[in-house]
Amino acid sequence: MTTKTKIVIVGGGLIGTWTALLLAKRGLDVILIEKGIVGAQSSGVNFGNLRLQGRHPGQYPLSLRSQALWENIDELIGDRCEFERTGHLYVAMNDAEQAKLEQYARVSESHGLVIERIDREELRRRWPWVGESPQAATYSARDATANPRLVSVAVARAAQRLNAEVLERTCVTQVHQTGAGFTVMTDTGCVIDCDAVVNSAGAWALTVAEAFGETAPMFAAGPPQFVTEPLPYRIAPSVQAVDGSAIFRQVPRGNVIFAGYPRTAADPVLNRAPVPPVKTLNGMRNLMTIAPFLKSAQVIRVWSGIEGYLPDMLPVIGESETTPGLYHAFGFCGHGFQVGPGVAAVLVDLIVEGRTDTPINIFSIARFKDAVQVSDKLAREFDGPAVAGSRAG
Amino acid sequence: MTNVVIVGGGPAGVRAASILVEAGLKPILVNEARQVGGQGYRMPAKSLALDLKVLMGSEAGKYRRLHSLFASLEKRIDYRPATLVWGVHDKVLHTLCDGVAGTIPYDALILTTGATDRIMPLPNWTLPGVFTLGGAQVILKDQGCLIGSRIVFLGSSPLLLLAALQYHKSGASIAAVVDTTPFSAKRAAMRDLAASSRTLARGIMYRAALHWAGIPIIDGATPLAIDGKDYVEGVRIRDGRGRERLIPCDAVAYGYGLKPETQLAELAGARFRFDPTFRLWLPETDADGRAGADLYLAGDSAAIGGADAAEASGALAAHALLADFGRPQPETELVRLRRQVGRLRRFQKGLARAFAWPVEQVAALTDETIACRCEAVTVGEIRGAVRAPLGPREVNRVKAITRCGMGRCQGRFCGPALQEIVAGACGAPIAEVGRLRTQAPVKPIPLHAAAELEP
Repeated sequence: MTTKTKIVIVGGGLIGTWTALLLAKRGLDVILIEKGIVGAQSSGVNFGNLRLQGRHPGQYPLSLRSQALWENIDELIGDRCEFERTGHLYVAMNDAEQAKLEQYARVSESHGLVIERIDREELRRRWPWVGESPQAATYSARDATANPRLVSVAVARAAQRLNAEVLERTCVTQVHQTGAGFTVMTDTGCVIDCDAVVNSAGAWALTVAEAFGETAPMFAAGPPQFVTEPLPYRIAPSVQAVDGSAIFRQVPRGNVIFAGYPRTAADPVLNRAPVPPVKTLNGMRNLMTIAPFLKSAQVIRVWSGIEGYLPDMLPVIGESETTPGLYHAFGFCGHGFQVGPGVAAVLVDLIVEGRTDTPINIFSIARFKDAVQVSDKLAREFDGPAVAGSRAG
Repeated sequence: MTNVVIVGGGPAGVRAASILVEAGLKPILVNEARQVGGQGYRMPAKSLALDLKVLMGSEAGKYRRLHSLFASLEKRIDYRPATLVWGVHDKVLHTLCDGVAGTIPYDALILTTGATDRIMPLPNWTLPGVFTLGGAQVILKDQGCLIGSRIVFLGSSPLLLLAALQYHKSGASIAAVVDTTPFSAKRAAMRDLAASSRTLARGIMYRAALHWAGIPIIDGATPLAIDGKDYVEGVRIRDGRGRERLIPCDAVAYGYGLKPETQLAELAGARFRFDPTFRLWLPETDADGRAGADLYLAGDSAAIGGADAAEASGALAAHALLADFGRPQPETELVRLRRQVGRLRRFQKGLARAFAWPVEQVAALTDETIACRCEAVTVGEIRGAVRAPLGPREVNRVKAITRCGMGRCQGRFCGPALQEIVAGACGAPIAEVGRLRTQAPVKPIPLHAAAELEP
């Protein structure tokens, strides 16, 4: 059966669902196709940080646009996803890390964020549970958290209510150009003619890109995470060590959620991202360093996800280099949750207006035609072999 | 062959160890408990001076044989008591002993991790005073304590009669034994049950003994709720003739047979298939317990079979392991063991029909009933999530949305009921809603366990 629509979105994660919602809000016909279940991959299992501090300098306009959408999410989707303006505490263990925080703070401030510098004494006074090792911190009150398990599904539902069509358990088998538009075929026998295609298929996005003669050196990895049993609520902000060895937050019901580098290997073909116990133990030790009062807390569960990474630790966002009407948004390198809604807004600009005021040039897929920049994070945030590991699909 | 590791110190693990020792190996036996014996042949603290005849009844001889077998092995194996295995990855076991994390690499692994209680939610089943049936037995056998002074044994399980009798002989007053399976179903299952006439006879004897003691046995009842405000005050049931009754009591032992503890098997790479008789996902093994490369499963953790089947399947797994490592094993012995295990597990399938998992109770569960006791998730929340637009139809997604199975027990107790509730809510066959995946740690581990490890 052949259907006609304006836009087909491939991939029902955070970006895909938000794009569907924002397009539907503009009154455009949209079909969202998800190979599995909406929001069940890395969009649904990430740490849930809406961190503004310490982002890549070129990402601030996008991040701030995104945060404005997050701050309004209850109204935008008519549902709640545990969005909380928790604040974000970035802690430094030594002078070098403190200097780095100062650098981050200046970039943040140049974009209008309010960053508090916290010395050792004030750190202990305001957050008495912090252990001896952190020597300084910066605090950003606008940073927030949300529950990733709930968000994408709730956004997709809101899009559905505005007549967006959501096809779950449906694989795109072919996409090709037909005249001025595209024909999308699925394993369920759908043939969809459309004007534009959004490729937001996460760690699986290369299949679509390569069908149109372009690619990116994306590989898959995941964040090792764990959660403790519920404990009395004490840790209000989301907390992060500068070196990424510990990133944690406590939800109001009491569980402490933890993520920490190095990241772990993930297999997008088998759809598995097991957490090696050694990484869990490392994380447990790192968490105890910053929050010693948790030493008797019990870890009850670990998990990870399958995220697409690129060597310069920046995503691909923007129109295809080979094919007008095809828009990419993938490879978010483990920091897509915060920017997700903003990226969707940018995609809608590009699809509807043909342009966007939000600077996105540094995210173009064209950058991989030249020598690929390699971020110094690649050495710090991954085990050696993980990088060479599984190529994303 | 260097490191052969057995996890579990019940009859399956001890018997496997003995076969390996006879073959000249020195296996490592990791046991979560301090003493071997598993749940069934659990050794009570000596200081309690409990009467083994009361606790073990007709199985006292087997109990003594297993413990003396272990006594003869203890010096010839590497025994690691009080050691929890909380993870398996890349042929390394991750352990917790005395609060400290450790590792045990292995070349071949025999898992004999036993079984735990299978529970169906019921209004107020989380009230203090409600114990799982197996838990009630452990308290008695391990500590010599009773769960209450006037007790209802509720559910459907061959252990219901046994536990009630043990409690009666230990001085408890038994208010009633309420079995939810009608007696007619038991009669219908006789043919399978005849596969082990001795066990069948034992069951009939328990029933007779309870009857002679004047303890009411109510068959074919439907449990409606546990009554009580802050503590159990009674059990409300509808009996086989449709009359509602309240049975006053101060404790309830509640259970629907056993479910295999398969978490470590899954982490070690076992695959699973849905078993329609037990309505559970069970690990796939061959007749000797092979579940994957260098992975062997035995005892109740492979398939519920009881203590005798556990011993025999433990021996089989050890023989299979030895054969796989190039040591020919006595074929006649293998044939005998396979036949014994097969017969006992068939018998258990008969029991699963005679003591049925109460599928029909699922639809009747009120929305307010708690399904997941760790996270306090109600049946209604699960149904609501499933029926919502874009609602999940697979249990791991239901867990992600509702938190059911996300708590301390990681779905070990609510998992089977969750499958039924989800299947009921979306009108799908239970095999299609999947099973909760396992992640380490299989039981909670404290942060300080990692403190002394080298980064």
